Formats: sequence, structure tokens, C-alpha cells
Amino acid sequence: MFTHALNEKSELLRFSTSGSVDDGKSTLIGRLLYDTKLIFEDTLEALQRSADITGEGSINLANLTDGLRAEREQGITIDVAYRYFATPNRKFIVADTPGHIQYTRNMITGASTANLSIILVDARQGVVEQTRRHAYIASMLRIPHLVVCINKMDLVGFSEEVFKRIREDFEQFATRLHIRDIAFIPVSALLGDNIVEHSKNMPWYPGAPLLRHLEEVYIGADLDLSDPRFPVQYVVRPRDDRYHDFRGLAGQIAGGVFKVGDAVKALPSGKTSRIVAIHTYDGPVEQAFNPMSVQLLLADDLDISRGDMLVRPDNLPYVGTDFEARICWMSEEALMPNRKYAIRHTTRMTRCIVREIKSRFDFGTLLPQRPAPQLALNDIGRIALKTMVPLCFDPYERNRYTGSFILIDEATNATVAAGMIQEPPKSVPGTDEAEYII
Amino acid sequence: MNYRLSHIDALEAESIYILREVAAEFQRPVLLFSGGKDSICMLRLAEKAFRPAKFPFPLMHIDTGHNFPELIDFRDRRAAQLGEKLIVRTVEDAIAKGIARPTPGESSRNRLQTPTLLAAIEEFKFDCAIGGARRDEEKARAKERIFSLRDAFGQWDPKNQRPEIWNLFNTRINPGEHMRAFPLSNWTELDVWQYIDREKLEIPSIYFSHRRQVVRRDGQWLPVSDLITLKPGEEIRELDVRVRTIGDISCTGCVESPATTVQDIIAEIAAAKVTERGSRADDKRSETSMEDRKREGYF
Repeated sequence: MFTHALNEKSELLRFSTSGSVDDGKSTLIGRLLYDTKLIFEDTLEALQRSADITGEGSINLANLTDGLRAEREQGITIDVAYRYFATPNRKFIVADTPGHIQYTRNMITGASTANLSIILVDARQGVVEQTRRHAYIASMLRIPHLVVCINKMDLVGFSEEVFKRIREDFEQFATRLHIRDIAFIPVSALLGDNIVEHSKNMPWYPGAPLLRHLEEVYIGADLDLSDPRFPVQYVVRPRDDRYHDFRGLAGQIAGGVFKVGDAVKALPSGKTSRIVAIHTYDGPVEQAFNPMSVQLLLADDLDISRGDMLVRPDNLPYVGTDFEARICWMSEEALMPNRKYAIRHTTRMTRCIVREIKSRFDFGTLLPQRPAPQLALNDIGRIALKTMVPLCFDPYERNRYTGSFILIDEATNATVAAGMIQEPPKSVPGTDEAEYII
Repeated sequence: MNYRLSHIDALEAESIYILREVAAEFQRPVLLFSGGKDSICMLRLAEKAFRPAKFPFPLMHIDTGHNFPELIDFRDRRAAQLGEKLIVRTVEDAIAKGIARPTPGESSRNRLQTPTLLAAIEEFKFDCAIGGARRDEEKARAKERIFSLRDAFGQWDPKNQRPEIWNLFNTRINPGEHMRAFPLSNWTELDVWQYIDREKLEIPSIYFSHRRQVVRRDGQWLPVSDLITLKPGEEIRELDVRVRTIGDISCTGCVESPATTVQDIIAEIAAAKVTERGSRADDKRSETSMEDRKREGYF
């Protein structure tokens, strides 16, 4: 059906999948790989061997994705697994995130860079708390596109009524989310209905099957091209007579477009200069945009190092040490106020103190709870932070790369939180902004 | 102006970012260079990340001694062309020093690369080893992070990996630990070949079709060399073959192929029915053999 993508101009689409236990997520991905002919004969052979050993008889598509020994023994998925497949116009990176233990942490890991998220709903169960949790996290992470796959349609007689009822349930609660684009697709991952081919069992469904949706969803507007942001990652200095004055500010553009001749401001110092060249190994370029990795050469020899940010003087991010953020707590040891952590934000590493836990999000009521004395593993909450040195940031909703951070426990070096910076209040000091659902 | 990157450009930008993270965050990194196709791409990506400066790390090869001679010539020539420092540590030497212990009857030295590598990391006090592993190669790799922490014994703990969120890598390590960094994590075999084609990278001649003496064993064509002893009933054939992945010569299977150009190889892979690791006898031993080797500290 499809061979691998041979088109060098093909686009990259990153998507994540999440669902509850047993709703067929691994089977769905196995099905996509199988039907796009990306399962190779030796992999199939290995699967057949393991099916014989476990006595399951037929090939279990889920075994294509459950790779580690403990997972096969317990029939569960432990960690985020990455899969790759391609069609002629797109290459796909799939982050397959398990639905049971550590689901929030794993889902955030898998979905943080995704253009699209697939949420599986078991047609027999409908929208459950886990569905709401996944949709909420996708919204919080500002994933632009969501696909709700209503799976196991074969077990509800391919019923249009069941599909419609689940869609309505989901839409009702989704009005409170910030997701631009939601698609609903009735599927049977096990049987392949509406995965690659349009299902003959569900003629009432007029939309595209899953794979065609993944191939055609418009992702051109997902990148931020309006606010130029260049976190300096590394300074290239050849120390060589031929390149005596060469000082390449290397990094990956986190937002917008930079052009030769542009005036730039270095933050947090506030000093200004001008871009005289954009260097790449393949020669100079006139302009560079998000997410290219380049070296910028400036007219003046400013004191700039890793962690600083270059921006346009007429389009500034926030610069400050105090801000509020929504975080997902990822450590067994609960977060208490006044703890100190290392914080990694863009290319800057510094320290911070958690001044206050403002609220903890309740997935049952979908409302913030106050007061919140602590945040436990997999909790999502709002905190106020103070950093040791100023950070240059945008609200997460404007830029996923200048608005995100992680917290690291300095004793264990474990990553304990993922954070999304919120728009600082513009109102009169002292009045708290209304907390919206996300 | 079209502000969109092709998938290869997007992968390249991500890999350059990862290499620069290593350079910025570690005191003594090293890039593992075997002369194979993945590490050839890594060298080009390092040029893209750091030129016109020199690489902020040396190259290192863990040499099994069971090599295709073409590969070693290529390795030395490429390092010299780049003007970068190449360290070679050999399994032979590690066996002599008692660091690596072959088990009786073990012909392949792929497993013995692990203690040799760990000893070299300790010898040079490397804190990060950059490798060319890809997640599409194998199921255990599919679950490994881009920055993968190794404890004081060089072991990987798959159940206790750090979450990797956005592009914010947590590169902190304690004394005695080291990091493995995999800039090609999100590349597939086909991406690698498309990149070799686009960048016009030279590759060792054994990747192209050539006439070679081979013997059929365990469902694959093994190259005839001093290291292979014919078993009863096995006969030497001379075929037009090429290698798809390169390891210890005693267990690297060849595939019959007429491919003489990179374009031919791309067309062949696009139509292939077997994964590239399918031509590595060491991965076939058990369902979890890669996982087991990784836990012990393999690349």
C-alpha cells in the first residue's frame, strides 16, 4: 500500500497517543504500522515466535510496541515509546504513552512537543475521568490538534448512536478547553475499521479515516513565526587565525524570523546590536526561522553567553524573577512551599524557590482547589516562583519553548516538575486574576 | 518565502541542538565513531554544529579487532580529513588486561565492546558519550531517552528514566555516573540514507554491492574471514552482496544486492522486508537481547 516516504520535501508530524488501560492504544499503533507496511518480516517472525511462547496463538499487535521484558511479562506498557512511520508526504513520530501508572508524567513527556494528540475512548465505556484528564493535559500543553478515536466500535455493533452520544459528551466538556481543532473518528483498531481505509461497517461516518486525517491535517500555522526569540545555546569561537574575530552565537530559533540587518537586543543585559550574518555550515543565509539551528554574528562584540536571549527591540518578552506557572508534579516526594530547586528554562539553568502553591487542580470537578498545602505525584497545580537570576519568558500559551521550564531536585538530580508560565497579571496589583480552566 | 522545514531539515536542526547541548553542559564529552553509516552522519552534524571551530570533543572507536578492513581504512581517513583527534581502544587489549572476558565458544566480540567502552570512559574521565543509536532500530531503544543516564556501573535502568519534556534536557550527573547522548534518536534508517545522499557523504565501500565469499548460517550470509570456521555441510559461495549494518565481521550478515549507488540503496530499503537489525546475529538470540546488553552498558 504505502512504501516509505521517498520525498525529501515531506513534512514532520509529531503526535502522541494516550488512553486508559485496555482501550487498545498499542493495538491502534500496531495497526497503523501494520497497515502502512512498516512491520518487517523479521519483526513479524519474532512476534510469531513470542506468540507461540506465550500461547496466545495469533499475533498480538500490541506486542509490536510493548518492548521491555517486564512489559511483556505483565502485559502492560511501562514507558513512553517512540515509533516511526511514513507516507509519501509526511513522516510521523509517534510518542506512545501508557495509560495507567505515571500517566500524567508520561503523557506530558510524550505530548510536550506534539502537533497532535490522539485520545482513545472505549466505545463501551464512553467519556471517563481518564478521558477528561487526557484532554485537559492536551489543552494545557497547547497541542494544536486533537483526534478523539472512539475505539472498539465492533463491540457496540458499529452503532452511530453510541458514537454520537460519546461525541456530544466530549464536546460538552471540551467547550472549556483551549483546543483549536478536534476531530472525532469511530474506529476498530483490532479490525482496522477507519484506520487506513474507510470502514464498510460504518457508512454513516462521512469523515476521513485516521491515517488520512493524520496526513492532511494542516500544521503550517502551528509554528510561532511572529515573535523572534533566540536563546543563546553555545558560543562558537574557532581560536584560529583565519577566523580571528569569529564569534558565532549558536542556538535553535525558538520563535519568529531573524534576518541579516535586523536590530537585536540581548537580554537580560538590554544591550543592542545588529545581525551582520547568519552562519550555517552550508553557507550564509539571509534569514532564519523557528525551529532552525544556526549561528548569528553580531556587529558588536557584546558580552553574551549561554542562557541569554536575543530578541527584536520592538518585540520584547517578559524579563523577571517572579512569575506564576501551572506545573505537573512528577516526583514521589510531594512539593511543599518554600523548597528550592534547580530550574531549567530555555538554555538557562539557575535556582528558584517555590513561594506558594496557589491551587491544585481537581480532575473530578475540573476546578481548582484552594488552599493546596502540597502537590503530590501526578498532580497539576498553580504555583508562584522566584528565580535567582531574571528569566526572559513568554506566557506558555504564546510560545511553548520560551514559556516552559523543568524543575530539578538538586540532591537527586531527578526532574520533578514540568512547568508552563502564565501571563503575568496586567491588572491592579493585589487583585487576583480569575482562574480559568486552562 | 516558505517558512517550513522538510522532515530531514527538522531532524537535522534537532540533532544539532542536541550536540550543542552536550558541548555546553559537559566537561569531557566524546563522540563514538565506528566508521558506520550512522556515525558518518553524526560527524556531518557535528561539523554543522561547530564549524568553523574544531569539535569540542575527540572521536573514539571501540575496536573489536574483528573488522572489515575497509572500515578501518575509512575510519582513519575520515578522522584525518576532519583534522579531529581519534582515540582507539581495542577489545584485544581489554582482554589482555582482563577487563573483558570472552566466554568459551563466544566468537563475536560485540558483547566485549561493553567492558572495553566502560574502561575507556573511566580512563579518560569522559562524562558524556555521544552515540549514533536510533530508536527505530530495536524495541528497547524505542524507549530510551535522548539523554540516557548510566550509573557508576555503566548500567541503564529502563524503569527509572528522567522524563524528557519539550527540549529541556536534564543533563545533571553525580560523580561516577555518565551520560549517553543520542542525537539521531528520531531518525530512521531511511532518513540516514537520505541524509547521506543529500550531503554527498562518503561511506565505506562495503555498503555497496561487491563480490564476496560468504557462507549461509542461521538464515543469513556471513562473510568468510579468518574468524569463521566452516561447519560440516556449509559451503562457501561467491555472491554480489553488501552490508546493511556493520558490526563484528563474524556476525554481520550480508544481503544479496546489486546496489552500487546511494540512490540504489534508498530504493532497496524503501522496498525492504527485513529490518536492518535482522542482519545481526547477536540481536536474534532472544526477544530481549538488546535490552539485556543495554542494561549492562552497551551503546
